[in-house]
Amino acid sequence: MISLAEIEKVAVLARLLLTPAESQQMTEQLGKILEYMSLLNEVNTENVEPLAHAVELTNVFREDRVTPSLDREMALANAPHRDEECYRVPAVLGEV
Amino acid sequence: MAEQPYTIVIGLEVHVQLLTESKLFCGCSTKFGAPPNTQTCPICIGMPGVLPVMNRRAVELAVKTGLALNCEIARFSKWDRKNYYYPDLPKGFQISQYDLPICRGGYLDVPSPNREGMRRIRIIRVHLEEDAGKSMHDEKAGRADSRIDLNRAGTPLLEIVTQPDIRSPAEAKAFLTELKLLLNYLEVSDCNMQEGSLRVDANINLHIPTEDGQYVATPIVEVKNMNSFRAVERALTYEAQRQYEAFLETGHRLGDVPKQTRGWDEDAQLTRPQRSKEESSDYRYFPEPDLVPVTVTDAELEALRQQLGELPADIRRRLQETYHLNDYDSDVIVNQGRAFVDYFCQLADTCGDGKMAANWAQQDVLRTLNERDWTITQFPISAAELARLLCRVKSGELDTAKARMVFGHMVDHQATVDEAIQSLGIVQVDETELRQLCAELLASNPKVVAEVKSGKDKAIGSLVGQAKKRNPHVNPARVKEICLELIRQETT
Amino acid sequence: MSLSELTASQLLQQLREGRIKAVEVVAHSLRQIDQYDPTVGAFLRVNRDHAFAQAEEIDRRRSRGEKLGKLAGLPVAVKDNICTQGEPTTCASRMLKRFVPPYDATVIARLKAADAIIVGKTNLDEFAMGGSTETSALGRTCNPWDVTRIPGGSSGGAAACVAARMVPLSVGSDTGGSIRQPAALCGVTGLKPTYGRVSRFGLVAFASSLDQIGPLAQTAEDCALLLEVLAGHDPKDATSIPQPVPPFSETVRQPLEGLRVGWVREHLGEGVSPSVLAAIQEAIKVFQSLGAKVEEVELPHARYAVATYYIIACSEASSNLARYDGVHYGYRTDEKAMLAELAEERRVLQQQGKSEALEDLDTALVRMYRKTRAEGFGAEVKRRIMLGTYALSAGYYDAYYLKALKVRRLIRQDYDKAFQKVHVIVGPVTPTPAFALGEKINDPLAMYLFDLFTVGTNLAGLPAISIPCGFSEDGMPIGLHLQAPPLEEETLLRAAHMFQQVTDWHRRRPPLLDRQAVAT
Repeated sequence: MISLAEIEKVAVLARLLLTPAESQQMTEQLGKILEYMSLLNEVNTENVEPLAHAVELTNVFREDRVTPSLDREMALANAPHRDEECYRVPAVLGEV
Repeated sequence: MAEQPYTIVIGLEVHVQLLTESKLFCGCSTKFGAPPNTQTCPICIGMPGVLPVMNRRAVELAVKTGLALNCEIARFSKWDRKNYYYPDLPKGFQISQYDLPICRGGYLDVPSPNREGMRRIRIIRVHLEEDAGKSMHDEKAGRADSRIDLNRAGTPLLEIVTQPDIRSPAEAKAFLTELKLLLNYLEVSDCNMQEGSLRVDANINLHIPTEDGQYVATPIVEVKNMNSFRAVERALTYEAQRQYEAFLETGHRLGDVPKQTRGWDEDAQLTRPQRSKEESSDYRYFPEPDLVPVTVTDAELEALRQQLGELPADIRRRLQETYHLNDYDSDVIVNQGRAFVDYFCQLADTCGDGKMAANWAQQDVLRTLNERDWTITQFPISAAELARLLCRVKSGELDTAKARMVFGHMVDHQATVDEAIQSLGIVQVDETELRQLCAELLASNPKVVAEVKSGKDKAIGSLVGQAKKRNPHVNPARVKEICLELIRQETT
Repeated sequence: MSLSELTASQLLQQLREGRIKAVEVVAHSLRQIDQYDPTVGAFLRVNRDHAFAQAEEIDRRRSRGEKLGKLAGLPVAVKDNICTQGEPTTCASRMLKRFVPPYDATVIARLKAADAIIVGKTNLDEFAMGGSTETSALGRTCNPWDVTRIPGGSSGGAAACVAARMVPLSVGSDTGGSIRQPAALCGVTGLKPTYGRVSRFGLVAFASSLDQIGPLAQTAEDCALLLEVLAGHDPKDATSIPQPVPPFSETVRQPLEGLRVGWVREHLGEGVSPSVLAAIQEAIKVFQSLGAKVEEVELPHARYAVATYYIIACSEASSNLARYDGVHYGYRTDEKAMLAELAEERRVLQQQGKSEALEDLDTALVRMYRKTRAEGFGAEVKRRIMLGTYALSAGYYDAYYLKALKVRRLIRQDYDKAFQKVHVIVGPVTPTPAFALGEKINDPLAMYLFDLFTVGTNLAGLPAISIPCGFSEDGMPIGLHLQAPPLEEETLLRAAHMFQQVTDWHRRRPPLLDRQAVAT
């Protein structure tokens, strides 16, 4: 249903780091779940529009008005690593 | 420039920040230049539990842009999430539009760079999305980490994608110039590349003719990191030549190698390959569940169309037809923006001479605006008053040199033409007096008269000098005119 | 009569009449928590001092004759995935253990405006992902009726604290049954409103197109009281329905005439335990005795609901949980250790001359993300992120996500058709009563299948209520599920109230309360 290699690829995409044992277990569990989900293949969905929202509203807007921003200290208060002005992360250079 | 042995094929992806007061999904200000992280709130920081609500103005500006670019406006468009990880993208996804963008199709007619008419560049799509924050790296300071400022996160962005219709780097620049002008006129964006309110990525490859009359295409390269229109032109010129050389060396054709991304290095004046992660291209787009679709009715479209006003291409045409301006003059005036055009038109209409109005508007008025860092709305001389000055020049009451002095005085002292002439002590020479003077000069300079009669009009110059000695207030051009007139009368 | 015998509506009456004070109500609530919560584990945090101060203030204002809010003086528990300004909101995850929101959820603002007293935050499955509250990273909650069993989930704490009479009112969230299922398993009443009826602003998103906040209480009448405060259009939530809120607390007591009740064959068939089946059939008879017309309706796509639900919910979750990356808030892995580990991996690869693997090695930033998320999330959350990422990824989108959206429409159409015939559809909330703690934790699919009867409601965006309707032979509560068309909460509440007027299942108390009450 899903291979170990696929699991490892999805883990990178999802930014998760799995141990070899976790990857193995994930492969088995997701395999079982996906197999169950193949149940949907028996439903004829030709000419059926997808339904993404339970309530089909349209055109909900806010007016273009400025409201106060958070005080910087409040904004950064929950940051795991920061300085007086900014969030800090390991170098992003070399990444696209 | 020598004929290149290939055709350049360029498509542009332009991002412009919209001129809204507040961000796309929250009320934080979009003003540029605030200290880091002072224009953020739980929504644009993407804190748990927050929800976006669409800025109505942003949608209107997107539709206006689409109309001005002759696009088909979607009667139903929706929002999608584009999922990728980057520290300046706080939600881990960007709210954008995938399969149902707000505008599709369309084109922009661009004055061709070598002034050979217009080139039509087709637009594939225009869609609305949110901007990311900024990552700052300071390797020189020896820091191994990056700093993140989210002030820009959530600013409304319009992405405009062209067909690969552009055939030269100069044409790319011309397209961008015309687009910027249009968006300025629409008040959609200020398109300031230095402040990042306009950003361009280019896809470029070459079509190299083969002997059988066909051509081979080189691999498409995406060029990023170009920080001015000039940089776009240079980067693409460099990249075209590089691709040609690479083709001669490797023979790689389109499809032989994966699409490459290269960054323009302004200092080194060359493009360099950028690292691209294969997996990062799986954006897992899906409909944004927190936002509802947008529908547009014919009536709403019509109302927005009414708000567009006259667009640059139309104004250019009008200036040429109404005032007989050439391409260059009409360009210069249109490029200054709607207020300047209005100023010019009033000036030309009042003084009744489009060409003269164009000269004064471009030289004297524009120079002053540039020198003093003013906009036309701050300019102290009204179009009507300047027209009065121009009328005096036309009637010969003032020569151009004096008129310039008067103009300078009017600017400096916010004076009327009459006040300036008075303060400057310019004495106007009576026409009868001037004719008398000219007649005397001709009488005492038979040699000059003879020369003129033999066809050397230039000989009059020496009389102008003598006239000025006798009366410093005379208008030299007028002296010349009267003298020639009198000689001709004599001959006939 | 002990205070814990009183429903929220009765307490409110006594408070208004001045027969008791808010401080007494709060003190009683806190006493109950002190006494039973060490066993039950419903709360992650209790705001003792603040609750008292607030109660005193309300009593003062009442004595001055000031106008007070609709819930003045009533203790309310809030599920810990609903943001409270200045107070931690953890989602029962290591990831958000120290997260303090600088804003209130809209429902919190509404509760405060109604002068409700928020006594604490309740436990849940991590990020509301689970049906047993066992995936909480911050505490274990058990079923007050039998402490060896699950309370249900994900609003396990929210249901357990009402069942153990710690608070009269509790706020939960329901993405696929997370209010109704624990309500059923703990023997309390819980309502999931129409999607868009209650603002989601400030509810930490699990699956945005399915999530909905709702009330849990002893009775339908109390749920009506709380829903009236929670519900209403919110400009901060674009999916919030711009419809006025009916006065639920007044209309709930009006009996329904000519009620047509539908039932679905598949819901009363295979896989449903005999005790549940018997209780539901008995409940249908109760409605008949109240004058309701009962008829069979069909939901032909109901059997696809679980598969559809888990694809959509996990896809949305994989995106919603992308923000937990250790940059702007929440947990971040130990950076030094992470960098050292990465350097070691690089060294080994270099030594082995594996240049390709070296090239693929994470950058420091990517490794920071991956380790942060690996350490910050529990197994079930990771499983769902993986499943959702897979379902949305290139090559699988059409087969899973898009297919599920299409089946979702078919499910919705089934309901629309059924509701042309009946006002409400009744059935079981769960196939069996509460199972033992640990029983299904290692079998995710079995856990998912337990949601069979509740997830369809969320896919269709409908309102539904769970009310106690009986007990199994071993004394575990059984819930009756009533589903109604969009915005018909009033019908649900009135039908449930009618039922509760002639039954007393909702008045039963877990034996734990009497046992320990005797002991103290």
